[in-house]
Amino acid sequence: MNKKSAASDTLKQKIKGLKCRECGKLYPAVAMHVCEFCFGPLEVDYNYDEIKKIISRERIESGPKSLWRYADLLPVEGPPTVGLYAGFTPLIEAKNLGAELGLKKLYIKNDTVNHPTLSFKDRVVAIAITRAKELGFTAVACASTGNLANSVAAHAAEARLQCYVFIPGDLEAGKILGSLIYAPTVVAVNGNYDDVNRLCSEVAGEYNWAFVNINIRPYYAEGSKTLAFETVEQLGWKAPDHVVVPVASGSLLTKIWKGFNEFRMLGLIDSVTTKVNGAQAEGCSPVASAFKEGRDFIKPVKPKTIAKSIAIGNPADGYYALKAVRESKGSIDAVTDGETIEGIKLLARTEGIFAETAGGVTIAVLKKLAMKGLIPPDETVVAYITGNGLKTQEAVINAVGDVVRIDPSMDSFEKSLNIKEKNN
Amino acid sequence: MSHFRIRIGFPEDKITEPIIYQIGHEFKVVTNIRKADVREKTGWVELELIGDSGEIEKAIESLRAKGVKVEPIERNIIE
Ligand SMILES: [Zn+2]
Repeated sequence: MNKKSAASDTLKQKIKGLKCRECGKLYPAVAMHVCEFCFGPLEVDYNYDEIKKIISRERIESGPKSLWRYADLLPVEGPPTVGLYAGFTPLIEAKNLGAELGLKKLYIKNDTVNHPTLSFKDRVVAIAITRAKELGFTAVACASTGNLANSVAAHAAEARLQCYVFIPGDLEAGKILGSLIYAPTVVAVNGNYDDVNRLCSEVAGEYNWAFVNINIRPYYAEGSKTLAFETVEQLGWKAPDHVVVPVASGSLLTKIWKGFNEFRMLGLIDSVTTKVNGAQAEGCSPVASAFKEGRDFIKPVKPKTIAKSIAIGNPADGYYALKAVRESKGSIDAVTDGETIEGIKLLARTEGIFAETAGGVTIAVLKKLAMKGLIPPDETVVAYITGNGLKTQEAVINAVGDVVRIDPSMDSFEKSLNIKEKNN
Repeated sequence: MSHFRIRIGFPEDKITEPIIYQIGHEFKVVTNIRKADVREKTGWVELELIGDSGEIEKAIESLRAKGVKVEPIERNIIE
């Protein structure tokens, strides 16, 4: 058997089905997300024995320059059909920021430039919608106030699928422009957060749509593993000593931890000693509080923070994120809105990267952990910047400097700026 | 007939009240408990409501009016 046919064999057999994270009950690999017996979340069950036979660093390195180079560990059966350019974003050695924070080996994983909608959601959505097409869906949906909606609407347009985006009725018009442009059906639901949230869950149960973060969630969530895979490959096939990850639903952090461990299990790296650290905004920090108080359960909170893209008061995977942080001997911290804005400005000023509020939270927590000595100066640390600052400009509009206004004369220019070096 | 899976969170002062029994009598819904953890100061129950979607929505409204937290099993969906 030649190598090529061995590869396609693996692709056919790599997903065994879905498995309950709580009771272990097995299900076929269809569009479902909750165990019918214990209501635990379902996760993709891979045929690692088969994957192990075929996967190698060389095989990955010869793949496309996108997250699809890790297709052997992603929950799709055939080749990708949508979102072909998602992922493989730059891992930047942040020397300037590192110098300010006293960290000698600091890296920024820059998903502010993810394709096509400038956030890490393009990873999860590329996989969710490729899988939704494989499962025969003709309509996709999501409930979102920002990044997820943008990404689902864009990918649905590319895939020529019907698209329904649910938003709370009081969301500002400007917030939805980045979704409306792709011409989905945007449904604005009157009512408070709990009403809107409940209706979306009901709709997902009644309609035969691929609701990306509900019935497609087991596939969707796996896309976040690619942030770990890329980090390892870009560091020269090594897992970092520390990562700092923003925590919203908790899925991103959980899957980054899973990604490192999958690589180790498959022999692509020798060991994983990575400490996984979580970052939350003080105004919505249910996971950070549970960590601080030594609790094993999450107490829901009502969000009040400018970091809206990570303001999830009752996170679906909060429990698992907490577990991953404890397993890896990492930490979770929270920062104020003021620290978040300073974090955005610090990253922009030192590295030329404009992050959205979640990125500000991540940088501010990174700073806090470094100051507390939880991230030592000589250890390798990767901070995940998951969305672009152009999407949350209102957060920093009053925190950036003003222009120097002058009259159209050299005199006015020189008096206003008083620059010493001159060409004469 | 609709099926809707919810998670009910009890504040301390509601833990002793037979709230699930009550909604089963007040509305045309079948309540089917799958998982629960009730401690001294906090408690939650995960269950399925089976019935007409209008009755399910009324039952949820009533649960909230009784002072317990009701969320879909997926918790927060809006990302
Ligand atoms: Zn189960």
